[in-house]
Formats: sequence, structure tokens, C-alpha cells
Amino acid sequence: MTNSLYITLIPLLPLLGFFMNGIIAFQQSRGKGFFSTKITSFIACSSTFLAFLISVFAFITLFQNPDLVSLKASNLLDWMILEEFSLSFGFCIDHLTSIMLLFITGVGFLIHVYSIGYMKEDEAYARYMAYLNLFLFFMLILVLADSLVFLFVGWEGVGLCSYLLIGFWFTDKEKAVAGKKAFIVNRIGDFGFLLGMFMIVATLVGIQGDASPTSTNFLDIATLSQNAHLLGPGITLITLCLFFGATGKSAQIPLYIWLPDAMAGPTPVSALIHAATMVTAGIYMIAKLSFLFVLAPITLHVIAIVGVSTAFIAALIGLTQYDIKKVLAYSTVSQLGYMFLALGVGAFSGAIFHVFTHAFFKAGLFLCAGSVINSLHHEQDIRQMGGLWKKMPITAITFLLFTLAISGIPPFSGFFSKDEILYMTYANGQHPIYYWLGLLTAGITAFYMMRAFVYTFMGETRYKHPEKIHESPAVMTYPLIILAVFASLVGFIGLPHIFGHNWFGHWLNSLGQHTPHHIDGSFLQEGHLMLISTAWAVFCLYMAYRLYTKNLNFTAPIKKSLSFLYNLVYNKFKVDELYNALIITPIKVISDCFLNKIFDAKIIDGLMVNGLAHASRFFARSLSIIQTGYINHYVFYLLIGLWLVLITLVLT
Amino acid sequence: MITQLVNQPLLTLLIFLPLLGVLVLAFIPKNRPVLLKAIALIVFGLEVLISLKLYFNFNNTGVIDQFMIDIPWIEQWNIHYLLGIDGVSLLLIMLTTITMPLVLLGTWNSVQNNLKFYLLCLMFLLTGMIGVFCALDLFLFYVFWEIMLIPMYFLIGVWGGENRIYASLKFFLYTMLGSVIMLVAILYLYFRAGQSFNLLELYNYRLTFGAQCWVFLAMALAFAIKVPMFPFHTWLPDAHVQAPTAGSVILAGILLKMGTYGFFRFGIPLFPDAMQYLQNYLMILAAIGVIYGALVAMVQPDMKKLIAYSSVSHMGLVMIGLFSLNKTGMTGGLYQIFNHGISTGALFLLIGMLYDRTHTRMIKDYSGLAKAMPVYTVFFIIVTLSSIGVPLTNGFVGEFLTLLGTYQTKPVFAILGATGVVLGAIYMLWLVERVFFGKPKETKGLGKDLNLRECLVMAVIVIFIFWLGIYPKPFLNKIERSAETILLKLDDERTMAKFEDTNEVIKAEDVVALEK
Repeated sequence: MTNSLYITLIPLLPLLGFFMNGIIAFQQSRGKGFFSTKITSFIACSSTFLAFLISVFAFITLFQNPDLVSLKASNLLDWMILEEFSLSFGFCIDHLTSIMLLFITGVGFLIHVYSIGYMKEDEAYARYMAYLNLFLFFMLILVLADSLVFLFVGWEGVGLCSYLLIGFWFTDKEKAVAGKKAFIVNRIGDFGFLLGMFMIVATLVGIQGDASPTSTNFLDIATLSQNAHLLGPGITLITLCLFFGATGKSAQIPLYIWLPDAMAGPTPVSALIHAATMVTAGIYMIAKLSFLFVLAPITLHVIAIVGVSTAFIAALIGLTQYDIKKVLAYSTVSQLGYMFLALGVGAFSGAIFHVFTHAFFKAGLFLCAGSVINSLHHEQDIRQMGGLWKKMPITAITFLLFTLAISGIPPFSGFFSKDEILYMTYANGQHPIYYWLGLLTAGITAFYMMRAFVYTFMGETRYKHPEKIHESPAVMTYPLIILAVFASLVGFIGLPHIFGHNWFGHWLNSLGQHTPHHIDGSFLQEGHLMLISTAWAVFCLYMAYRLYTKNLNFTAPIKKSLSFLYNLVYNKFKVDELYNALIITPIKVISDCFLNKIFDAKIIDGLMVNGLAHASRFFARSLSIIQTGYINHYVFYLLIGLWLVLITLVLT
Repeated sequence: MITQLVNQPLLTLLIFLPLLGVLVLAFIPKNRPVLLKAIALIVFGLEVLISLKLYFNFNNTGVIDQFMIDIPWIEQWNIHYLLGIDGVSLLLIMLTTITMPLVLLGTWNSVQNNLKFYLLCLMFLLTGMIGVFCALDLFLFYVFWEIMLIPMYFLIGVWGGENRIYASLKFFLYTMLGSVIMLVAILYLYFRAGQSFNLLELYNYRLTFGAQCWVFLAMALAFAIKVPMFPFHTWLPDAHVQAPTAGSVILAGILLKMGTYGFFRFGIPLFPDAMQYLQNYLMILAAIGVIYGALVAMVQPDMKKLIAYSSVSHMGLVMIGLFSLNKTGMTGGLYQIFNHGISTGALFLLIGMLYDRTHTRMIKDYSGLAKAMPVYTVFFIIVTLSSIGVPLTNGFVGEFLTLLGTYQTKPVFAILGATGVVLGAIYMLWLVERVFFGKPKETKGLGKDLNLRECLVMAVIVIFIFWLGIYPKPFLNKIERSAETILLKLDDERTMAKFEDTNEVIKAEDVVALEK
């Protein structure tokens, strides 16, 4: 296979941007800034745009050569080369990666441009842009990596950037804490990821004889796919561990708690990292390793259960939130749950399709929210908004389009991807309840999105200074418009079977080739389901619109009568409190009060170490009593000794 | 003798050059601090150059122990001046020589009183440390091992904090206790093996199983105190907190590695049966160390103490790798000792730089430091990332290989070790959050950000962090070959008739080669 070295430029360009802007930021922080923000913007955006162009080129190359499975730039540099295990840096673009690249760099570029407007007044603008570029570098490593460990580099790297960007305004303690929480929760997930890798290597190293793997590069994805059958029954545990890693990065139960807090970061960051790209890494990883997961039906069941429950629960929480970013955050968790549901029922390309469309409409929603927040001077409570339709028409219209897309209204993109997932769940799902829960969630999604829209854009203006509200500048609205166009149209590349050719599914047909389930639905069935879900989404949208335009507080009596339940949901089922009470506080208390203050200080150091010292001192002092210095005493001891010797001699 | 020294001068030069420096320093008047420091720096610089020469002359194939030199020293007891290094010793020597100038530069103005004596201590310390890594004669090894204690004792006792006498005495007595018992073990081995202190000869001698266990335990105690392994760790926080910055850095960066080195070079290959028999117990202690160290580190109010306990945790992981007796795991564990030396050493250096300004190490005295000292913050965060093993930094390679290898032989301990990785992120990021983030606080004495000298020192460390993280190949090669040699000694024993208690010493090939 030929080496396409040029693809290394895709991640290296943002890295270069990071270094250049990093140096500028470094100089500025020491009070030596003499670069204008324009240079910073240019560096950040152009590096991203160039990466996008190369990604497009790579995509076209693959597209035009149907025989070409992937573009590779392997063995760029030896990394860990040992006798029993070897690893080198290398990139590989297969069909899946080519899709990921397009929207990461594409949406990434738009968000960079948007950030110019959103962050222009921030004193640490260069630092922000540098972090954003660094994030893209790691995200691109994640999707380009040809081995699991290199993928893990990107995986942890994006987590690091997420940490830095959530806590970007670090003087605010709360934001710094949110960043730390994100990193640590992700680390807990990474623990699973690492264990999964260890298990793979331990299993493959242990195989001797003819069947043994030919290469020691066990964690190379291509090698792994050849060796997948050698993993034996352990594969269930391996895939469960890897999936646990994915629940961290992609904010699924039980590790979803960090994502809502992550909204403390600047809004474009939420759009890029916590909606469009990083949080989908878990789905990407599982899709990339679909050859492993299809061999582990139990794991797929678990994934489907976790996915659909996360989707449902997060949507419920989303219904109750008043912070516009929190609504969107829970919506993201919920949509990610959909994607996992798709993976769980073996619809790998369907999951990626939803990742793809979601990147456009959810990034768009966040950017709209950012536009509103910016205009309202960092007001995020939707109860303080309202009536922005007239004052911010572009934001409002694009928000509406994105809402329609996420709600699954045809012909917007979300309809196609969500419908595919629901259909596949119906046809392949291990249990019909998955489908019904999925459908129910789709309705709730439509409902809370319309609720957010009505609260924000319709009715009276409730903001304190209505005269200050203005539409955002072009640098922010253009990305919105472009995203809206994509969010509206991009669904057509993955048409359902009854309408014709599903190009997207065909492009990714190598994923999950050995899916154990078979689609046994008919065209007719697909049509029926489509009608049901569309009608249901339209109904929910309409209900939300009617109810909320009539009276924003129509839910007040429900809240009152079910206040316990409502508060439980509003406080995200108190999972944070639960983790705090069950895990974090006990560990802290035990560590501090017992391990540190008693066990370490008193028992080990006090009793054992200093105890030994005290004991020997005591012993020495006791003996020193007989050292009186009087010669007659010593003669006395001498005589006693002599007597003792004599007695023993006589007796033996 | 002379011809040998002429043919293989490098190791001898490396050991005794600092003593030459001591002589020179002795003639410089006390009131010329800059000159004194400059001379010390030159000596340290020369040491770096010599060690680089060693590195480039080191052969990656063929005989494992190189630069051998063997001169009879006390002939009636068969004690030799026997030096030689394998890959691991080589890298530890490099770590030592590179650490010293960085320490001196990093704490250039920290010590004002008794400067001359301070520099003398550093010089003696350097001689002792390099000697330990070179000596292949057990008696010689013991001599260097003890020599090292004295300057360190003075470093803590003279230039330490308010509780320095207690800490230095504790450090001295505790380590002394271990080494005296080790001496007994060495002497027992010496008499049983036909009066030989020659490590390479002793490699081929096997004690009976019971004797192996006792002697191994005696030696292991000395090494475990030095590492330090749980529950022999309590001298470390005291010593670290009270020691001056240079003392802490050298302690964390190099001295602790001698315990690991001792296990690797002496404990495991000399007593392979005992090692295998006791493997699980040792790993349990190591795993407790990982988790216990991390939990206790988490709740420390003093930054230095926090890092000291984190050392306990990190060294626990190193020991897990070493005791896994798997080639990959051992290589990872040994690689991790360099990473720990770099990252923990750097953390102590950074805390020292802060302490020089504000004279407090309490976490609660700081907040939002990132605003006042942005450059310092950048360095601190990079070192933190290395310490918690974020990929592309050195820490990741070590942790990954350690756990990967350990999982192959002892999966449970790999899982326990991996929790240390999670806990590490918690206490380090919590530290960063409390000190650097939040509302900026005016800490008294918080003057300027890092100056050029300090930046330079940190920049060198940062380069190492990424170099070792991205291109560890040249180092891993050397370590793996050494690890393989040691592991072969274990395998040999499994196939050979066990526990032959003869006084016949089979000469190792390399020894024969040397005598020619």
C-alpha cells in the first residue's frame, strides 16, 4: 500500500497553529504582547481551514478510487518497540475516518470563525485560540490514529483540552472545578479503556504456536481486526471495558455527570467539544472496532440498554432545565444515547450518521445559544429571555431550523439519522421496549427543544435591558447560516431504503459486517414506522408550542403537586450528590481522618517507627542505670557473673 | 592496574571527579560565592559530558556489563575495586549527572549560609550516587551506599526547615538500620559463596531456598526503606518537607531509585527462588503503596508533603512493574523510575522556586496563582501532566508498559496499579486547581514570575518530558536488554537442578573475558 504522507499535515497544521498562538499567548501573559488579535485569528482559522481542504482532498481520493480501502501514513516514528510488544506512530484514513475528518475540520473551522466574534474582547484571546487548535490536533489524532494506543493519545489529549477550555476563565473557581471534574470522570473511563487494551495484548501474547499473531503490533487496528477471532471468550470483557471507556468520553450512564458542568466553558467550546466532536469519540471508537463488538453480543446488549436509558433519562432532565446551555447539554447526552442505542443494535453506520448530522445541528444550536448569551451579556436563564425573534432574526431562524432538525422533522437532517436508528432498533432490537423508549424520547426531545425556543424567542421580552439586545455580527451569524444549510440538507446523503439509495450506509458498509442480527423488516414496515415517528414528533412540537405560547408557567401546578419528583429530575436525579455521599466524601474522610492522621502518623510512624526508637532508648536507659561509676558496684556485678559461670559449669 | 585505569578511565573519572572538585573548592575563600558555585557547576557540567561519552560508547549488543574495571583493593578479604555498568545503570548515571547541574542552577540563590559546605555535600553526594550505580563488588557497593548517607544527612540537618534535626536523624537512623542488616546479608553471602564479593560471580551461586529467603528479606528491607515501599515510607515525608529544595530533588530524583536499582541488580538475580516465592507478598505491599500513597497525598495541606506521598504512590507502581517478572512490565517499571525522577524532581524544584519567594508551602496560602505567575503555571501544569501520565509525556510510556506487562502475569495487580493512575489525576489536579485557579490571592513575597535562569532549567526538563514520551526507543532498548538478562537468571534456575548448595563458583563468561 502506498504511503500518503500528506495526511500527516491534517493534524500537524493545527498543532503548528497551537505553537504559534501559544507563543503569542505566552508573551502576552508576561505583558509583552505586541501582536494584534487579527494575526491570532488568521493563524488559528487558516490552519484549520487548510486541514479541512486536505481532508476534503483525502475524501475525494477515496471516493474516486473504490478499490482503495484506506490512505495510510504508517510507521512515521517508532514509539515503544519491545520484543513482545511494539508500537509506532501512524495515520490511516479509512471511509469512517474520512467522514469524521470532514465534519471535525469543517465544523471546527466554522466554530473558529465564530469564536473570533464571540471571544474578541477576552484578554486571553490568543490562549483561547491556541487551546482550540490544540484540541483540533488531538481530535484529529484520535480519528486518524492507526493503533488503539495512538487513538488513546488523542482520546486523553482532547480530554486535556476540554479540561483547559472548561476552566478557561480559571479565576472563577466554579469553572475550574468543572474542568477538573470533567478530566477526572474521563480518567475513570480511561481506566476501562486501558484495561481493555491490556486484556487484548495479554490474550494475544499468550497465544503460541501456529495460531500466534504474526506481528507484535497487537494494538494496531488493522492487525487487531485480523486477530479478533483469536481473542476467544474474553472478548466480552474486553469490549465491556472499552465501552466503559466510551461512557466516560461520551457522557453516558454512569459517567454522564461531567457534561452538564462542562457548560462552564465558553459557548463555542461547548459547541465544538461538548456537542460536535469530542463527545462522539466513544461512538467513533466502538464503530472503528465494530469487528470486535460484533463478536460480543452481550456487550452489544449492554450498550443498547445503557444507550436507550441515557437517552431517555437525559431527555427527562432536559425538560426541566432553565439554563439554555444546560438544556442543550442534556439534549447532547440524550442524543449520544441514541447513537449508543444504534451501536447496540448493530447499526454502526446509523450511529455514525447520527454523529454526522448531530455535529451540524447541535453545534448550530450551541452557537445560537452563544449568540443569544453574548447579546444578553452572559444571561443564560431562559426565563430572562423571550421575544428575541424580532431583535435577533438570524439567530432565531437558524435556531428554529436546528430545532426542527433535532426533532426529526422531515426533510431536515435529524429526521433521516434518527429515523434510521429507530427503524434499526425496531428491526434488530433485542427487545421492543428499546424502540418504544427511543420513540418516546424522540417526542420529549421535540417537546423540550420547542420549549426552549418559545422561552427564548417568542412572547414578551423579559430581559432587563431590552434596548441593548442586538443581532450578533456577521462573523458569528455566517457560521450559523452555513451550519443551518448543512443541518437542513445533509440528511439526503443517507436516504431510507424506501426512498432510494443510502449513500452513507453504503460508504460505511465495512462497519460491523458480521452483525449477528439481520434486518428482517420490510419496506412497508419502514414506511409505517417513519409515519409514526414523524407524526409523533410533529405532535410533540405542536403541543409544546401551543402550551408554552399560551402560558409559560403552565407546568406550575404539576410542579407543585409532584414537587418531589420534579426536584429529583431537575437536580439530575441527584446523581452528583449520590456519588459525593457514597464515594467521594467517604474516600476523603477515610484518607484524611484515618489513613493520614491515625494510621500513618500514629500507627506506622508513631507505634512502629518511633516506637522502635523509643523502645531502644528505653532499653538503653534501663541498662544505663547499672552504669553507676562506682568501682565496688562493678566488682559486685563481676562476682555475680563469675558465680553464674561457675554454676553453669558445675551443672552441665 | 594502571593499564586498566588508562583503558577504562570513564567510570573512575566519573566517580572521583567530584572529589577533585572538593579539593579545588577547599582552596577557594568562603566570601566568593559566585566563584564557588561556578566551580561546582563546571564539575557538574564535566560529569554530564563524561556520562554522555559513556552513553555514546555504550554497546547495545554483546556483553551486558560494560566499561568493566577490576583492581584488587583489600586482597586478604578478596575485595575488589570492581566497576561495570549495564543499560539500567547507564541511564541512572545519566539521570544523576543531568540532575545535578539542574538542581544547582534551579536553586542558585536558595542557599546563602555555609555555601561552601553545601557545595561540598553535593559533590560528595554525587560521588556516592555514581559509585552505587557502578559498583559490581558488593562491599564496594556497600561503601558507596553508606557514603551517600552522610552528605544527605547534612543537607537536611543544616539547611533544612524548622524540624530538620528530627527529620535528618530519622532519615539517617532509618536508612542506617536497613543498610546494617544489608551488610549482614552481604557478609553471609560472602562466606557461603567462598569469600567473594564479586556480583557477577555471585550471580552463578545459589543459596539453599531457606537461606535465600532470609538473605533476600534482609537485603529487601534495606531496599524497601530506600524506595520507599509501604510500610517503610514514613521517613520520606519528613525528610522531604524538611530538606532544602536541592535535597528534596536529589532525594526524589535519584536516591529513591537506589532501592529499585538494588532490587533489580541484587535482590532479584541473587535470590531468584526467594523472589518468586515472595513475589505476591511484595506485590501486595507495592499495590498498597500505590493506593495508600495516593489517598494520603490527596489530603495533605503541605505541597511538599503531597508530592512526597505521591512519590510513595508512584514508586509503588514502579515496584509492581519490577516484581511482575515480565519483561515488558519490568522494562516499563524501570523506565518509570526515570520518569518519576524527572517529574517529581521537577515538582520539588518548582515548589522550591515558589518557596524562595513566599516562604510558605501551604496550599491554602495560595489561590489563582496563574494570574500572577503565568510562566510558572505553564511549567507546573506540564510537569503535572507528566506526573499523571498523560500520553505523549514520559509518564505515559512508563505507566502503560508497566501495567501492560504486569497484566500478563499478575492482572489483579495491574488493575490495582491502574487505580493509582486515576487517583494520581485526582490529587494532582486538585492541587493545581487550589493553587493556580480561583480568585487571585496576594501571597506575601510573591514577586516576579520565573526569571531566565529558572526558565532555562525548566525548559530542559520539559524537553526531556516530551522526548522520553515520544521517542523512548533508545532508552527502552537498553533497559529491556538488562531486564532480559536478569529474567534469564530466573528462568535458568527453573530448569536447572535446584538449590545446589556447593561452594563451587562458576565463573561467568564476562569475568573470564575480563581476566584475559
